[in-house]
Amino acid sequence: MRDVAVVSFAQWRNEREHQGSPNGIEMLVPTMTEAVEASGIPRKEIGFWCSGSSDYIAGRAFSFVMAVDAIGAWPPINESHVEMDAAWALYEAWVKIQTGEVDSACVYGFGKSSAGELRRVMTLQLDPYYVAPLGPDSVSLAALQARAGIDAGKWSERDMADVAARALSAGAKNENAVRRTERTVDELLGLDYVASPLRKYDCPPITDGASVMVLAAGDLARDVCSRPAWIRAFEHRVDTQNIGMLDLTISNSAAKAAAAAGVTDDRLDVAELHAPFSHQELILREAMGIGDGTEVTPSGGALVANPMFSGGLSRIGEAARRIHDGTADRTMGHATSGPCLQQNLVCVLEGE
Amino acid sequence: MTEPVTMITTPMELTYQYTVGPVETQFQRRLKEGRIVGQRCPVCQHVYVPPRGACPADGVPTEEDVELPDRGIVTTFCVVNVPFLGQKIEPPYVAAHILLDGADITFQHLILGCPADEVRMGMRVEAVWKPREEWTFSMENIDHFKPTGEPDAPFESYRHFT
Amino acid sequence: MAKQPCAVIGVGQTKYAAKREDVSMAGLLREAAKRALEDAQMTWADIDAVVVGKAPDLFEGVMMPELFLADALGAHGKPLLRVHTAGSVGGSTANVAASLVQAGVHERVLTVAFEKQSESNAMWALSIPTPFAMPVHAGAGGYFAPHVRAYIRRANAPDHIGILVALKDRTNALKNPYAHLHQEDVSYEKIRDSMMLWDPIRYEETCPSSDGACAMVLGSESVAERSEKPVAWVHATAMRTEPTMLARQDKVSPQAGRDCVAEVYRQAGVTDPYRQIDMAEIYVPFSWFEPMWLENLGFAAEGEGWKLVESGATDLGGDLPVNPSGGVMSSNPIGASGMIRFAETALQVRGLAGEHQVDGARLALGHAYGGGSQFFAMWIVGSEKPTA
Repeated sequence: MRDVAVVSFAQWRNEREHQGSPNGIEMLVPTMTEAVEASGIPRKEIGFWCSGSSDYIAGRAFSFVMAVDAIGAWPPINESHVEMDAAWALYEAWVKIQTGEVDSACVYGFGKSSAGELRRVMTLQLDPYYVAPLGPDSVSLAALQARAGIDAGKWSERDMADVAARALSAGAKNENAVRRTERTVDELLGLDYVASPLRKYDCPPITDGASVMVLAAGDLARDVCSRPAWIRAFEHRVDTQNIGMLDLTISNSAAKAAAAAGVTDDRLDVAELHAPFSHQELILREAMGIGDGTEVTPSGGALVANPMFSGGLSRIGEAARRIHDGTADRTMGHATSGPCLQQNLVCVLEGE
Repeated sequence: MTEPVTMITTPMELTYQYTVGPVETQFQRRLKEGRIVGQRCPVCQHVYVPPRGACPADGVPTEEDVELPDRGIVTTFCVVNVPFLGQKIEPPYVAAHILLDGADITFQHLILGCPADEVRMGMRVEAVWKPREEWTFSMENIDHFKPTGEPDAPFESYRHFT
Repeated sequence: MAKQPCAVIGVGQTKYAAKREDVSMAGLLREAAKRALEDAQMTWADIDAVVVGKAPDLFEGVMMPELFLADALGAHGKPLLRVHTAGSVGGSTANVAASLVQAGVHERVLTVAFEKQSESNAMWALSIPTPFAMPVHAGAGGYFAPHVRAYIRRANAPDHIGILVALKDRTNALKNPYAHLHQEDVSYEKIRDSMMLWDPIRYEETCPSSDGACAMVLGSESVAERSEKPVAWVHATAMRTEPTMLARQDKVSPQAGRDCVAEVYRQAGVTDPYRQIDMAEIYVPFSWFEPMWLENLGFAAEGEGWKLVESGATDLGGDLPVNPSGGVMSSNPIGASGMIRFAETALQVRGLAGEHQVDGARLALGHAYGGGSQFFAMWIVGSEKPTA
């Protein structure tokens, strides 16, 4: 396997409602310029471009196509797209570099969740014959999962509020968060339910955003970056979506991805978890064997900013940032997709 | 004994708010004033209409306004005969690529004012605007383009736009 | 580091039809996947990873359907990717699947592309009016017809070339049991006299709207060498993209198409395409695209593509058979069409294309495009393992 590193990362300052078009160009152009300039690799020399986004977030077919016009795709570029969080676009780019066809890649994700009614849109992600017609929205499904854990004695509402409070504290220090106010656990427990047992801050905020990351291989990475974040492991797995068949209090795919990536075997300084609901952080910590010595989601994560389709990439970006700035040696970024942690991706990064 | 269910129909309705970016907003505002204003890319110097915030070749914002006339040529076109769900204009109609004088890219609009089979590539056309009081933030302020009667542009002059 | 060798071990397709009301989405893609596994002499358990491709989700009304289809795809507990590059997606999906093997990440990859567009309304999904814009948009045909007109003018092509291609493709389809359209009574006159949908494109010069799925099992060198049946070795893969709307852009012979094919020819050591490539499956949704692509792909000089068509060179028995499967003109499940092109080339060089087999096909080009003629995915497969 080739050595591949994250050499730069940039994200749009997340917003609750971006005053721009759903094709994301206004968010992407400056963010891409920032990431590419920081990478030290001239735009025209980047070997491969790959993005992640969703037509249903944008409300139209082929919605990613206009974003290509933000790249400066001339002369024609080597480019691809996944209808998934950009963390999986990163995976495709990493594989492309592994084939030896290219030495660098620029990956981007974007989404304007505020344009539609996200909870209703996400219902369309379910089995269209048996489940979607019942109309269970994303928050209600997460609530079922949270309730299952409480009933099984695995966590309490207080444990969930604890996760939420910690996220809000982190958000207060993070310019990219859209929730910037700290709250105590008791304050949080005093709020009404949104969908029992979930309260407002157990759920993610609607967020518009975009992020961009540049990868480079071997010596190129060393040339352009003083402390590249080397990708040591990159794994992803998916579970069945048949919710009635699953033990919702665990995530097999997260456990498998983490085990394959060697996360459970070794100490991590930082683990940026993509957990849109507070109880899901608890599930992921257990599934991945994340110990007490690891700083968990210091950015605040999805509970303080949840830009759909770039949020997972941003977890990896935040994990890479800690390597770049020298405050960590071994970090992990995680991304999730589908209801109740159905699909999970793990990317382990190290400084040299 | 009942028949097995092999088909279900689940109507889904989703509402989206479509927001136009700042550059397009400005373009639409000017359309409401009856002006067509494109933008030039500082790197390649090409004039884009409608302007789009970033030059697709260079990835940089196009910031220089260029006022364009409401006349130009048809570079190519087709005659739409087929009806379909969501269609807003009654067929048959001529959907044409219009290259305004001074622009480096075409946009699509309607041709009326002559029989469909008389529309030609290279035909010079001018905009027929709706009454001013109907103007809004849209290219639809121009009801259609009609032939001016001037001689057609020679093919070689617009060949590289097709 | 060089790419590891990769081969197509198995191919599976569904019967393409306007509405496959006999199967759900899961049933549709399993029909293709099971056939591919059988052809590869493998079981679901042998597969390391699954790569799915399909076009806009609005075509089925399900967001990211591969998620609810994870069981049907045999992906439970495995890595699953979903590619979406507009119309070229079937091709780019195959390329992404191949890259997993070429990178040495996996040994056996199942790749499936499908569309069940009868479940939603494809024409509507393709023509959703954009607010503030002039609603002249009239589906894919309305988008491409002006560029077809421009080609006819640029090449001074006679009017009947589109009819010849449609006739060829629909006749070829009669030899392909999977094809959607089996027009036993197809004729030049019937095509010529059919309604002009978007002048200059006629009804019978237009692809159908189909439900369908196509699947392949791709394997590493050691997997290929253990195969009891012939395999198709991947000699080249490439993808190229250009902007949607670029000033002075050539929409008739896009640069991205030329760059993409140049790259696959380079990888495969092809210097004289017309002579070295034995057959091609190219993405022709409107019959006039055949002469246009023949030029874009370097099989004919600029302005001469239509002459190749007129001479019969692209017929099944000709010098360079194009789309002996019947092509997109005979079956078009949008998300799958690109992969069907790639899969058909694999069948050809393996000698398994049945009645529409091209004799002696040993090196074949698969081509897919999408968007506003801006996304291109191509590959070249051969009956021999590539040397170095």
